[in-house]
Amino acid sequence: MAETFRSLPASIDETVALLASAGYVADRSLATVLYLALRMGRPLFLEGEAGVGKTEIAKVLASALGRKLIRLQCYEGLDVSSAVYEWNYSAQMIEIRLAEAEGVADRVRLGEDVFSERFLVKRPLLQALEPDTAGPPVLLIDELDRTDEAFEAFLLEVLSDFQVTIPEIGTVKAEHPPIVIITSNRTREVHDALKRRCLYHWVDYPDAARELAILKAKVPGAPARLSRQIVAFVQSLRSEDLFKAPGVAETLDWATALTELDAVELDAATVSDTLGVLLKYQDDIARMQGSRVKELLDQVRADLRAPA
Amino acid sequence: MTAEGSMRADGRLADNIVHFARALRAAGMRVGPGTVVDAIRAVETAGTLRREDFYWVLHAVLVKRHEDHELFDQAFRLYWRKRALLERLMAQLMPTAPGDPNRQKDEVRSRVADALLKNEEREPRRPKPKVEVDARLTLSAHEVLQRKDFEQMTAAEIAAARRLIAAMILPADKVRTRRLAPSPDGRRIDLRRSFRASIRAGGMIDLKTRAPVERHPPLVAICDISGSMTQYSRMFLHFLHALTEVRKVSSFVFGTRLTNITRQLKARDPDEALERCSGLVADWAGGTRIGSCLHEFNRKWSRRVLGQGAVVLLVTDGLERDGRDALGFEMDRLHRSCRRLVWLNPLLRFDGFEAKAGGIVTMLPHVDEFRPIHNLAAMADLVHALDARRSAVDDPRKWLRRQMAA
Repeated sequence: MAETFRSLPASIDETVALLASAGYVADRSLATVLYLALRMGRPLFLEGEAGVGKTEIAKVLASALGRKLIRLQCYEGLDVSSAVYEWNYSAQMIEIRLAEAEGVADRVRLGEDVFSERFLVKRPLLQALEPDTAGPPVLLIDELDRTDEAFEAFLLEVLSDFQVTIPEIGTVKAEHPPIVIITSNRTREVHDALKRRCLYHWVDYPDAARELAILKAKVPGAPARLSRQIVAFVQSLRSEDLFKAPGVAETLDWATALTELDAVELDAATVSDTLGVLLKYQDDIARMQGSRVKELLDQVRADLRAPA
Repeated sequence: MTAEGSMRADGRLADNIVHFARALRAAGMRVGPGTVVDAIRAVETAGTLRREDFYWVLHAVLVKRHEDHELFDQAFRLYWRKRALLERLMAQLMPTAPGDPNRQKDEVRSRVADALLKNEEREPRRPKPKVEVDARLTLSAHEVLQRKDFEQMTAAEIAAARRLIAAMILPADKVRTRRLAPSPDGRRIDLRRSFRASIRAGGMIDLKTRAPVERHPPLVAICDISGSMTQYSRMFLHFLHALTEVRKVSSFVFGTRLTNITRQLKARDPDEALERCSGLVADWAGGTRIGSCLHEFNRKWSRRVLGQGAVVLLVTDGLERDGRDALGFEMDRLHRSCRRLVWLNPLLRFDGFEAKAGGIVTMLPHVDEFRPIHNLAAMADLVHALDARRSAVDDPRKWLRRQMAA
């Protein structure tokens, strides 16, 4: 396939480099699956806990490849008119009134005129099928688990053929299919039929080294020593028995918050005061508050001192 | 799309991938033929590979569920070694598993090993026991059956009861969703359809309307299968099976551990469904740890199955001895994450039941409804209760108040 757009990465190593160039620290498994999705023209289905950076992947990909990012945020009740297209009824009405006033009698022509692209309101899915000078866009279908089964079934057709049928106009088919990234937080299971059409990847919490690299890339102002402590603390917090473990997004927020507070080192009081940045459930905060924070902190300090 | 040079890999690698996929399938993963073709294409697309890359390429295509990761991982390690090594390794691996605390891993491993080594020797399916029932139940016999405690039923009566359960009229407890659909007596104007109709009618405004779609809220059943509950749970699972056919039901059973049996209950035949469940559950008719099992449910499942305003049916006698603080905490969490929490307790069948046992006192404040579930009549009542709004008769506070007075 000869393309005139900015070229896609030609190997897994190039994919890693591409993501790194846009400030995303990816592990090799993610780069592999992303590379395959790009090469094979398949949607990529990303699952994982909230805040591990699933949505970020689509954003980074769009900016690194210089493509347009089109985002479809899912919610219960999402239907074709807000996901694909809608007619601009008021403009159509005015057009008809004007035609009446002018005494146009040709009803067939009027009908064709009113149902032309001029009156079509394009929603994300239809936009994604349109040609773009920069190349096929990145289509992000975010939090698919929030829609209902009916919409999921509708997506099946769009994702396998990259075409949409508008009764009044005809079938719109993408010349070059968009790059599709689908994310899910697993608040419910997505149907196997949809997953079958995609490449699947479970985005996990990063290990300490990678999380530190992410932190350095995203919050460059944070002192090195503090950053290491932050990562070590969050990593040990994730192994605690919590209702919702902190994600990477929370780590970054926390690092920013602590930097703003001019902290140079973690201490029990600061951690307790800022725990709300990391933990979003009262039960979890109550569980960690007080002595448990100090225990974890002592352990983190000991670990950091030990091997170097 | 042309797969240029697709057969260049002299077929050996492709063959191996096909075999590997077959092994995964035998080990319980869902790998369709289309996926296998994909896998071969993916390996070709990726070109020459490091071992790690090869792993992730196959992983990307073959694994569609997070749960299958472990299975894939082990199968990969076993399969993609040199052939001669593979057999020797398996021989070492199979019989000796010296007290590994990680039981689940072991389980997976033996499933994988089974799948790779002996495809043919599957255990022959046991013939299902058939119970002949007198179909001509007289009205009075029918009546007796309705009132009879599940625990005292004979095999024949159980079979008859199961038929009645299957024939039960299921609850009509629909709720409105935010999705709209065309409806002649809807209250919202459907502009798209109105406009089209108007054009067709030549300018006459022909208003079309739409209304919110109604659907059953998902049901989540959490069922105690410890020793004292066995008979009730089995009958209740039949009830769940009948429900699963017509609506979305997520089912869990627990004794000392929590097990998700939703997929197993989807088998068409109720006997087969129950057989699959008991194959899956290790602690059938054992002890019970309500608190820790609810904890596991809250942590691992609540966000996934309670999402769309689910109604939770908790079936247990509430006889928990230890950890009452934890139990209260978990009940509270569960109560706050669902639309409605109904506690079904077979102990309620006794007249003069009093909420005295510690576990029961702890749990009661956190439920919306408290009902018996020991015979067919109670089950039918439950069906009615599900379609109605909350009823005052089954208010759990009633039981607490009575206890206070005593």
